[in-house]
Amino acid sequence: MSYNVNEKGFYGKFGGAYIPEMLFPNVEELRQNYLQIMQEPEFQEELQGLLRDYVGRPTPLYFAKRLSEKYNTKIYLKREDLNHTGAHKINNTVGQVLLAKRLGKTRIIAETGAGQHGVATATVCALMGLECIVYMGAIDIERQAPNVARMKMLGAKVVAATSGSKTLKDATNEAIRDWISNPLDTYYIIGSVVGPHPYPDMVARFQAIISEEIKWQLQEKEGRQNPDYVVACVGGGSNAAGAFYHYLDVPEVKLVAVEAAGLGIDSGESAATSVLGKIGVIHGSRTLLMQTEDGQVTEPYSISAGLDYPGVGPLHAHLYDSKRAIFESVTDDEALQAVLELTRLEGIIPALESAHALAAIHRIGAKPDDIVVLNLSGRGDKDLTTYLNRFDLNGK
Amino acid sequence: MENRLQRLFVEKQQGLLSVYFTAGFPNLNDTVPIILELERNGVEMIEVGMPFSDPLADGPTIQHSSELALRNGMTIPKLFEQLKGIREQTQIPLVLMGYLNPVMQYGVERFCQKCQEIGIDGIILPDLPLAEYVEEYKEIFEANCLSKVFLVTPQTPEQRIREIDSHSNAFVYMVSSASTTGGTNNKGVENTEYFQRVKAMGLKNPAIIGFGIHNNETFAQACNHASGAIIGSAFIKALEKEGSLTENIQSFIQSIRNQP
Repeated sequence: MSYNVNEKGFYGKFGGAYIPEMLFPNVEELRQNYLQIMQEPEFQEELQGLLRDYVGRPTPLYFAKRLSEKYNTKIYLKREDLNHTGAHKINNTVGQVLLAKRLGKTRIIAETGAGQHGVATATVCALMGLECIVYMGAIDIERQAPNVARMKMLGAKVVAATSGSKTLKDATNEAIRDWISNPLDTYYIIGSVVGPHPYPDMVARFQAIISEEIKWQLQEKEGRQNPDYVVACVGGGSNAAGAFYHYLDVPEVKLVAVEAAGLGIDSGESAATSVLGKIGVIHGSRTLLMQTEDGQVTEPYSISAGLDYPGVGPLHAHLYDSKRAIFESVTDDEALQAVLELTRLEGIIPALESAHALAAIHRIGAKPDDIVVLNLSGRGDKDLTTYLNRFDLNGK
Repeated sequence: MENRLQRLFVEKQQGLLSVYFTAGFPNLNDTVPIILELERNGVEMIEVGMPFSDPLADGPTIQHSSELALRNGMTIPKLFEQLKGIREQTQIPLVLMGYLNPVMQYGVERFCQKCQEIGIDGIILPDLPLAEYVEEYKEIFEANCLSKVFLVTPQTPEQRIREIDSHSNAFVYMVSSASTTGGTNNKGVENTEYFQRVKAMGLKNPAIIGFGIHNNETFAQACNHASGAIIGSAFIKALEKEGSLTENIQSFIQSIRNQP
């Protein structure tokens, strides 16, 4: 079985490009050009240079000794939180902005949930001198205020999405509507492995540097390229796609995708798409989707804005369907507990999203000699208000 | 066998007025009364919108009517229940317009069969890709006498317009400008270069212009370039005015048909 996208843009029965005709010329232009541009030596030279000198790659692969002792297995953290702007998102925005420039686009739009993709997009637009408009759900604007401030500081215009659940799904709707209305000069930088083909494949390729580095870093540290487990959180699924990418066809590496259960799978307040979703179409892609019997998209819930999404990238839907990846889900409370645990054991404050992956470690059944690589996708600075509200830090 | 949509274009090629409304808006059971009132006022064709939670190609007005319709309890089964028997009351061409996901969940083949049973003539699903339609669904649509209507935009390349035309059997829906419905980019119907370019292609199907048509002036302009025009958002706004459904529809259609 192949886990790569086929020439029609599908992963198994998931993927495709279910877009209105208004978007067809832009998506088709991208489909015809993205691989060729990405393979040009000059493009790669510019991209690799920026990833090294601007983003700060390679990010460390850190052996978390005290965390390992606690869970009685060997845990390495892939420190994507140490990237410029504080998360893995910038791996993709650096790549896509270079692509947009080669396509002659002058205006950049993006959607954002937790604000990390918005910040990463605003950052590369500042770097390239491009106009930047970021759509963000009104609820997310409130709960991720520091990132809103950063985007504004970087010169981006932040537009509130006030329809539907006022979160990531609705921000994506608004970004798509913007693209429909501005087809000539505008490029849409999608932040996850979602959307119409070729976006899921393109974003996965830009994030694949995560597992590319894990391979040689683990070789240096352990004398082997392949861990026993790779664990990552999944909202749309971009950091997981990057961490899994070079292991997709290595069956002995177990891939663990961790979704947000919110208040609990059966609570009606959840974002665990693999459990609660069924096949449907959202944002141009056929994938697993949380929806009613009548095919209306359900409003998801998670404390983590970056995982608060009713769909999942088509690659992940395929990994779930084919059982290549193990899917776990973690509640708000479990994730919060994991935040405090990593902070106190290792001196690293993780993002709420990444904390979901941490909270699943004890469930995967890793043995003492097993090597677990956990993708620490982002840092927790943006979540401090939530943490201060939820933790009693006096006297602890 | 010809459907009512195809017969309409044989009989009339000019000045056609097509009106869109969202089923279940403003009230759940307004669907049939609105259809009958539109016909009484001389509209030639009606598009009934099936509301969706995430209408990507729609502007604020239709987003709003869709949200309200869903809150009122509109679903595809409910709509079919309301439309059952409609052909005993009117022969006006009816087109259902909506997004793919609800239709997919209902089942495309079952949906098409039900449409034929009721007497629906055409379907518009903006997010169903042309290639997938041709490969998987075209036979089903045709077996049920349903015309699938596709959109073209000012950016659609000529070759693709021809491809769309070749798979269409009622009309081509010309989106007036790069915009969602209701036209925030509202340049009205000024893009004459585009309309003339498509006209000069000599398509086998007639073209109808939609998006941003909102008054008698823009309707008349559209009719100069195509067989007719579609009005959606402006009609939805008219339905929200104070006054009865009958009054609102009557005065709106009169305002469109009157010469500017």
